[in-house]
Amino acid sequence: MARITLSNLAHSYFADPKGEADYALKQMDHVWEDGGAYALLGSSGCGKTTLLNIISGLVRPSQGRVLFGDRDVTDAATSDRNIAQVFQFPVVYDTMTVRDNLAFPLRNRGMDPAYVASRVNQIARMIGMEAELGRKARGLTADAKQKISLGRGMVREDVNAILFDEPLTVIDPHMKWELRTQLKSLHREFGHTMIYVTHDQTEALTFADRVVVMYDGRVVQIGTPQDLFDTPEHTFVGYFIGSPGMNLLEARVEGNRATVAGVSVPLSADYGVPRGRVQIGIRPEFVSLTAAEGLPVTIRRIEDVGRHRIVRADFNGTGINAVLGEGTALSPDMTRLVFAPERIGVYADDWRVSPQGRQPGRAA
Amino acid sequence: MDKTPNQKAWFLVLPVLVLVAFSAVIPLMTVVNYSVQDTFGDNEFFWAGLEWFEEMLGSDRLWNALGRQVMFSAIVLAIQVPLGIFIALNMPKKGFWASVCLVLMSLPLLIPFNVVGTIWQIFGRVDIGLLGHTLAALGLDYNYTNDAFDAWATIIVMDVWHWTSLIALLCYAGLQSIPQAYYQAAKIDQASRWKVFRYIELPKMRGVLLIAVLLRFMDSFMIYTEPFVVTGGGPGNATTFLSIDLVKMAVGQFDLGPAAAFSIMYFLVILLVSWVFYTVMTNLDKEEVR
Amino acid sequence: MTGRRQNDGAGAMTLELHGVTKLVAGRTHIHPTDLTLERGTMNVLLGPTLSGKTTLMRLMAGLDVPSAGRVRWNGTDVTGMRVQDRKVAMVYQQFINYPSMSVYDNIASPLRLMGKSEAEIDRAVRKTSDMMKLTPLLSRKPLELSGGQQQRCALARALVKDAGLVLLDEPLANLDYKLREELRAEIPKIFEESGAIFVYATTEPEEALLLGGQTATLWEGRVTQFGPTPQVYRHPADATTARVFSDPPMNFVPCVKKGHRVSFGDHANAPADGPFAALADGRYMAGFRANHLSLNAHSGASVVFPCKVAVTEITGSESFLHLVHGADRWVGLVPGVHDLAPGTEVSVWLDPAHVYVFAKDGALVAPAAYALAA
Repeated sequence: MARITLSNLAHSYFADPKGEADYALKQMDHVWEDGGAYALLGSSGCGKTTLLNIISGLVRPSQGRVLFGDRDVTDAATSDRNIAQVFQFPVVYDTMTVRDNLAFPLRNRGMDPAYVASRVNQIARMIGMEAELGRKARGLTADAKQKISLGRGMVREDVNAILFDEPLTVIDPHMKWELRTQLKSLHREFGHTMIYVTHDQTEALTFADRVVVMYDGRVVQIGTPQDLFDTPEHTFVGYFIGSPGMNLLEARVEGNRATVAGVSVPLSADYGVPRGRVQIGIRPEFVSLTAAEGLPVTIRRIEDVGRHRIVRADFNGTGINAVLGEGTALSPDMTRLVFAPERIGVYADDWRVSPQGRQPGRAA
Repeated sequence: MDKTPNQKAWFLVLPVLVLVAFSAVIPLMTVVNYSVQDTFGDNEFFWAGLEWFEEMLGSDRLWNALGRQVMFSAIVLAIQVPLGIFIALNMPKKGFWASVCLVLMSLPLLIPFNVVGTIWQIFGRVDIGLLGHTLAALGLDYNYTNDAFDAWATIIVMDVWHWTSLIALLCYAGLQSIPQAYYQAAKIDQASRWKVFRYIELPKMRGVLLIAVLLRFMDSFMIYTEPFVVTGGGPGNATTFLSIDLVKMAVGQFDLGPAAAFSIMYFLVILLVSWVFYTVMTNLDKEEVR
Repeated sequence: MTGRRQNDGAGAMTLELHGVTKLVAGRTHIHPTDLTLERGTMNVLLGPTLSGKTTLMRLMAGLDVPSAGRVRWNGTDVTGMRVQDRKVAMVYQQFINYPSMSVYDNIASPLRLMGKSEAEIDRAVRKTSDMMKLTPLLSRKPLELSGGQQQRCALARALVKDAGLVLLDEPLANLDYKLREELRAEIPKIFEESGAIFVYATTEPEEALLLGGQTATLWEGRVTQFGPTPQVYRHPADATTARVFSDPPMNFVPCVKKGHRVSFGDHANAPADGPFAALADGRYMAGFRANHLSLNAHSGASVVFPCKVAVTEITGSESFLHLVHGADRWVGLVPGVHDLAPGTEVSVWLDPAHVYVFAKDGALVAPAAYALAA
C-alpha cells in the first residue's frame, strides 16, 4: 500500500505540444493518501483514462513524476509497480478454473502454496464464489467473470494500489448494488489504496471517500461527496454531480443580492461585486414552488420519478429544474420559484466565489 | 437468435445445388461406377462387385503409399504448426513493418503449385541449383534424385516454405483480436512469457488454429503437383504419395477399376480423418466449458 | 398521454398481441402474452437482462414469428408478415449508422429505399434533424460525432420514415451518464410530436419513471404487469413486479398478523393499522422501498427494526445504508450524510403506511396506504 504523489504532472499525446490545448492532461500536483478510496469522475475525453494509464504505467507522462510512497515509478514498467487493475470488460483466463484464476498472481510470485490456498478461499468467500471455485471460467456469466476480475485484483495483500477502469459497465443494475457493496467492504477490510475511474456519478460518489472531478484535462475539484454536492468549486461540478445537475442562471451580484433578469434574489452573505461572467447556481433540491413570490416561470413538465418529482420549468428561455419530495403538495397556481438563500452559490467565470469578495485560487 | 422460418429461401440455394451436383456428385458417381465394373475396352463393362476393393486392400502398393502419405502429413504438420505460431507471435503488431511482413508472408501463397515445384526442382539441382550446388560445395552428399532421404527433405522443406505462411497469417489474425487489456492484466499478474502464451494467446487462437490444422491436413494429404514436379515420385517409389500413385495407376497403367476403388477409399480416409479430428476438437471445447 | 393525430393513415392505430408465445428449442422464452399498445404512447419494457425484452420486441417487429398466438396491427392479422412489409423502425444499444454516408444521407436512407422524391426527402430530413438537434452536423460522417450524436443520428433514422411502431432497445445504455440524462429528457418530447407507438426496453426503473407513459414489467419471459408507469410503480400487482420496479431493490420481511398486532421478523412488532387493518390473521410478506426507511422516529413511523450496518454509501446529499436484519439484507436511502461504521447497531423506523403486503405466493394483498393517496 502506498501514498501516490503526482508531481508537476502533465501529458500530451503530441510529440511537440504547442499550447495548453494540445495537452490531454494539464499540469497538476496532487497527493493521494495511503489507503484512500478515490474516484476519477468525468465525461469521456476528460483525461481520466490518461491519468489512470499514467498511474498504471501504460503511458509515460510527457512531464512530471509519479511517486508510490517515496519511490519514483515514472519510468518503471507496469509489472514493477506492484499494482492491480480491474478492467471495463472482464479479463479472466478462460481455460483456467476460478481457483487458478484467483491464485494466478500469487503463484507467479512464487508464494507458499498453503498461503495461496487459504488466501484464495478467503477471497472467494468475499466475492461469493466459493461454490464455483472448481469450475472453468469460460462458461460463466459476465457478472461472475467480473467478480473473478475483482477477486484477482484483491488477492495480493501488498499491492501499492488497485485501479478500477469503469468495472461495472457490463453489469445489470441489481447486480451493481451487490458488487459495489462488496467493493466497499473489501476496501474497509483490506485498506488498499483504490482508484476508480467512471463517468457515472452514483458509482463515483458511493464508492469513494474523495472524488476527483475532471473536466477538459484538468482536475476541477477533489472533495468528499458532500463537498461536491454542497459547494461545487466549478460550474462543471455543479452540473455533473446531481441528477438533474445544478441550475445556473446569468445574474448580476451586488453584496448580498443577485438580480436575475430584473428579478431580485436574496443571498445569504455579502459577495461584493464579482467580475467576469457572473452566474448563480442552485441545486434543484433547494428550489421550491410557491404561488406568491419568487421567479415567475412556466411549468413545462412534471416527471414522477417515484420517490420524488422533477419539475421542469422555464424562466425567460432558461430551464430551471426543481426536485420535490414524494409527498409535497403541488397546485396549478404555483408558478413561482424560490431558492433557499444559504444554498445559492455565486460563480464568476465558472469558478466559485467566496463571500466577502474573497476569490480563492483554482481548487486543487 | 433464431430466424423466421421461410421455406422460400431454399429456392435461392437451388442453383448451387445444381452446380455441386454437376461438378462433384456426378463425377463422383462415375468413379463409383468404374470401381464396381471391369472393362476390356470397346465400352463393354462387366460387373465386378467389390473385387477391385478387395484387390486394392490386399496389395502392398496401397498400404505403402498410405504409410508414406501419413508420415508426410505428420511431419509437415509437426513443423508448420509450431513454426507458424512462432512466426505469428513475432510479427510486428502494427505500423509499416507489419504491412511489409504481411506482404512477404503472403507471397509463397500466391505462387501456382507447379511453379513452386519447378522452383525447387531447379533450386535443388546439384549442377545448376543454388541450394544443391551450395550443399555440394560444403561437402554434403546431396542429391534428391538418387537419395530417398534427400528427396524427402527437399519436399518437406518446400512444403514448409510454401504453406507455413498460411498458418502464420491465420494465427496472426487470431492474435490481433486479443484486447490489449489481457496483456496489461498479465503484466500486472507478473505472468511469464510462456504463461501469457499458454493462458491468453493459445486459448484465443484455438478457433483459427483448428481451421488451419484441418486445412493443412487435407491439403498435405492430397499433395500431388509439387512432388510430382520435383521428384516424380522417386527415387524408386520413395516419394510416391497416394495421389501420385493414383495417377500412375489410372493414367499410366490405365487400370481404371482399381484406380476408382483406390480413389474412393482415399476420399473416405480423408473424410473420416477430418471428421474425427473436427469432432474431437469441438468436443474438447465443450468439455472445457463444463 | 396521447400524441398528435395523423391523417395519412400510414400509422397503425393499435398493436395487439394475443396469447403470443415464443419457444426456442423446447424452452419457453416468452410465456403467453396479451398486450394492447395504442398509437401515440410510450411503452416501456422494464426487466433485467434476459427477461425477454428483446425477444418480445422482435416478435412485435416481425423479426421473429411467435410459436403461438396472433399479432394484430390496426385490427389486421400480421402474424406471419415479414418485417420489411411492416412500418417498423428499430434502434439498438450499439450506435448503428452507415459509416461511409454523411448524417444527412444516413437519415435520408430509409426514405430513399421507399422511393420518395428528393424534395420530400429533404423536407423530412430537415424536420427530423431539427427535432434531434443534428442540423449543424448534417454533412459530417457518423464516426466524427460523439456517442450521443451518433445515437441521435440512429434515432433520427428511425423517426424519419414515419413508422407506426418505433422499437428502442436500451438505446442509451452505451452513453455517458450525463448524456443519457439529457437524451432521456428529450425522448418524451420527441415522441409526443411523432404520434407513433413507441416501445422502449430498459433495465433501469429510474429510466422507466422518467420516460413515463405505460410500463410492462418483465420477469423470466412473463409480463407481470402492464399499466401507466406511476401506477405500476405504486401498485405493483405482485412481489416480482415490485422487485423489478425498485432500484435499490425492494426490501422484504416476513410478517405475521394476529389480532390487532403485526410482528415483523423476530424483533419488531406494531399495531395492525395501515394496510394490515383489514387483513385476516396469518403469515404474509411485507415489502417496502429503500427511501421509506428512516433513521429517526417521525410521526406515523410505528415500526422499529434493530439492524446492523453492513456498508454505507454516500451520494453527497443522501446516504445508502446497507443493513442486515436477521437473515434479510436491506437497503435504506436516507437524506443527509450518515457515515456509519460497518457493524454499527442502528434502529430504523418505518411507517406501516409505506408497506406493501404480499401473500406467500407473491400476490399483492394490500397496497401501501400512501400509494392510495398519491
